[in-house]
Amino acid sequence: MYDILIVGAGPAGMTAAIYARRASKSVLVLEAKTYGGQIVNTPDIENYPVAAHISGFDFATKVYEQAAALGAEFKFEKVTDIADNGDYKTVTTPKHTYEAKTVILATGSENRKLGLPDEDKLTGRGVSYCATCDGAFYRKKVVAVVGGGNTALEDALYLADLAEKVYIIHRRDAFRGEEANAARIAAKENIEVLWNSQVTKLIAEKKLSAIEVTNKDGSVQTLEINGLFVAVGRIPENQNFAKLIELDDAGYVKAGENCLTNVPGIFVAGDNRVKEVRQLVTATGDGAVAATAAIRYLNEG
Amino acid sequence: MNVIIGTQENFEQEVLKSDKPVLVDFNADWCGPCKMLSPIVHQLAEEQNKFKVVSVNIDDQDLLAEDYDVSSIPCLVAFRNGKEFAREVGFRPKDDILEMMEG
Ligand SMILES: Cc1cc2nc3c(=O)[nH]c(=O)nc-3n(C[C@H](O)[C@H](O)[C@H](O)COP(=O)(O)OP(=O)(O)OC[C@H]3O[C@@H](n4cnc5c(N)ncnc54)[C@H](O)[C@@H]3O)c2cc1C
Repeated sequence: MYDILIVGAGPAGMTAAIYARRASKSVLVLEAKTYGGQIVNTPDIENYPVAAHISGFDFATKVYEQAAALGAEFKFEKVTDIADNGDYKTVTTPKHTYEAKTVILATGSENRKLGLPDEDKLTGRGVSYCATCDGAFYRKKVVAVVGGGNTALEDALYLADLAEKVYIIHRRDAFRGEEANAARIAAKENIEVLWNSQVTKLIAEKKLSAIEVTNKDGSVQTLEINGLFVAVGRIPENQNFAKLIELDDAGYVKAGENCLTNVPGIFVAGDNRVKEVRQLVTATGDGAVAATAAIRYLNEG
Repeated sequence: MNVIIGTQENFEQEVLKSDKPVLVDFNADWCGPCKMLSPIVHQLAEEQNKFKVVSVNIDDQDLLAEDYDVSSIPCLVAFRNGKEFAREVGFRPKDDILEMMEG
């Protein structure tokens, strides 16, 4: 039986682990992928106090080393279910079951998918959710970016310097992203925007070779491309807890700044909580608040 | 065993003609998750003898990456008797990789 079981080793979960260990509570962190969360692919973070420039990898590694040195235990397993047994909780992964007196949900968010057939199969074979990670594979090739927010615009600009041609496929007739980005897009000769359009089919043999694009007016065209970059936002990873934990319509855990959920002994921290600003500094802040609340819950019995 | 550096020149000998299964780790210096995977891949090379481990830097060996349709890294590709039998994209914990190599 652990005092505090943390689900997710992103910035929020690992900060919670640091606070919990400093209060001498036993801590297990369960992580589905790798420690660090969303930030690991970011080349340069410039808005976290103290570090004027730091890569996402270095940031994640430093927090991980700090938590591990304090005695937090990490295991790489995905949590698929949580059950509330009153004074203790049962946490299930595909291989094991763990018991803990308290749980902190720090599962963050993941890339929203298009929801097209074969999308998962083609991820890493022409379909990508991260331009800075995978752009290098498309030097002098033809790519398309789906989306109209800042991430999509920044991805398109980044790819335009590598690829021969970049299409942007956006379902509206104007971008949601910053005007400065939109102006830079307009000035790039190798970017072509397809407005009022959606990707309706992925065409592939072994890897992606083309996409079908459908316009609002009903017309359909096939674009031959080598890579498709999906930038249509992020969704919270709370699906596995929905039957126990109250979520809002968008799937975020309903909790205020105190990080308390509707279940006593289960807390939430980071991007998967209802909040205004989803950044590293707010995620680590939540980690501290949630761990402190868990410690208080444990000490008060 | 050590991790073998895979190149266009030695790929056939070290991977395709290997009598043992081979785990090929496609990676690059600028890729954060690759750096997280790297110590695990090295451990696997040192700790066991059932399969070989080959590391391919995609910036040095872009043709090799293209030949094997690698378009996202880290990418782990498992070969047996010259044929791919499993592939995983993204960081994977050690146990998952061991399981993949059993396949
Ligand atoms: C491209 C990009 C650039 C960014 N740049 C900046 C920046 O410059 N500055 C800044 O402040 N913020 C930036 N952010 C935002 C910042 O990364 C997030 O706000 C922050 O990572 C949130 O931390 P978190 O711990 O709440 O969630 P996450 O980082 O999402 O971590 C959640 C972790 O939980 C794991 N997990 C999920 N479900 C389960 C499960 N069922 N079982 C086990 N583990 C699970 C995930 O694998 C993940 O590791 C950026 C985000 C992106 C995507």
